[in-house]
Amino acid sequence: MQWLSYLPALSQGALVTAAITLSALAIGAVVAFAAGIARVEGGRVLSIVALCYTELFRGTSLLVQLFWFYYALPLIGISFEPVATGILVLALHVGAYGSEIVRGALQSVSVQQLEAARALNFGRGQTLVRITLPQAVVEMMPAFGNLAIETLKLSSLVSFISIADMTFRAQSIRNLTLDSTGVYSLTLIGYFAMSLVLMLAMRLIERWVRRGAAFPRAAHS
Amino acid sequence: MYGFEWDTTTPLTYATSILPIVMIGLTVTLQAAAAGFAIALTLGLVFALMRRNRIRAVSWTTALVVEFLRDTPLLVQLFFLYYVLPDYGITLPAFLTGAIALGLQYSAYTSEVYRGGIEAVARGQWEAATALNLTRFQTYRDIVVPQIVPRILPAMGNYLVAMIKETPVLSVVTVLEMMGLANMIGERTFEYLVPLTLVGLIFLLLTLICSAGLHRLQKIMPKAGIPLR
Repeated sequence: MQWLSYLPALSQGALVTAAITLSALAIGAVVAFAAGIARVEGGRVLSIVALCYTELFRGTSLLVQLFWFYYALPLIGISFEPVATGILVLALHVGAYGSEIVRGALQSVSVQQLEAARALNFGRGQTLVRITLPQAVVEMMPAFGNLAIETLKLSSLVSFISIADMTFRAQSIRNLTLDSTGVYSLTLIGYFAMSLVLMLAMRLIERWVRRGAAFPRAAHS
Repeated sequence: MYGFEWDTTTPLTYATSILPIVMIGLTVTLQAAAAGFAIALTLGLVFALMRRNRIRAVSWTTALVVEFLRDTPLLVQLFFLYYVLPDYGITLPAFLTGAIALGLQYSAYTSEVYRGGIEAVARGQWEAATALNLTRFQTYRDIVVPQIVPRILPAMGNYLVAMIKETPVLSVVTVLEMMGLANMIGERTFEYLVPLTLVGLIFLLLTLICSAGLHRLQKIMPKAGIPLR
């Protein structure tokens, strides 16, 4: 089988894709929580900053953002390694979408809960950590699952800035062998398999969060 | 390019001199998104109805196909269509290939929207339709469709906006849309900052306008449904 000979190069690319996706997801999650909490709790200045960030990264195309950071920023003296640029831009893009999920979930916590916290003399920080977040995180998980798959798919765009991910390798192999059907079928199956694994992982995390493990002290109080 | 010269003396003259070129790209972007959206709306409906088919083999195969389309990147699907189809004697223009790729990817999303809309029609209404001796076609035309249109509209609108933002990917198969042109200008002048920022701003403006339009449309939409006759 000729197809088998593509596997080593493609699986190396798959590792790069996985690494970029997971790093972008980790950084993106931090950004999403920071921006989402800033929107709801941040006061006027912080929430406007967060709003501008969200609109900017949700309103423009990821590819434009990638090219902007890769080609345009170095012209004004700021440059990173391609891999760092790829992860950073992907994380900021996904973080903007994630911040909307965080904001929506935080706002969906019922008013009575907040009033009860107030009656118990909880401070704002305490209310957020003990009352709002533990309930909101559970609500966020299904949407975060979709966003994770979206991130994996969007990570294919980093091949545009010469990062050797799975899509980039597929392109190289095709240019060598001209066997489009074999290469791209295998690549599609590779992405599909990775999506399924990611979906499973997100389900497990969701179950873990649902048990209250993310905020152990809040769950029992 | 396209009979327009660029003037790179200052960022402002540069931006104004390339604006006509970028506008030509914008029309291609919008055309690709419109064509892709039309395909997504049609194919998504087909998928949604096939998933409701009583024959297990049909509904399960459709579910698998939709899942596959949804879980693989647009870019790779685009490469697949662009390079594989000609091997089997199907040669399409790049623009059409791009529109089909966009449509295929988003049909997976729209089929879920349709499915949610159809399933949200209460069971009692289907039973009432049966009791009134309406045919399946009549049930869909007079009962289901008028109710689901206002319900699915916001989600569909969001996917249209998302699709507009994904069209730059088509530049990889030589569709000269807005960002591809900006990139080409950058390659020739070695000055990427202005064209890419310009394209970014246009996308931002486009998204904000579309979101505002959608919001308005949602307000004027009758909640109870739209009578078809």
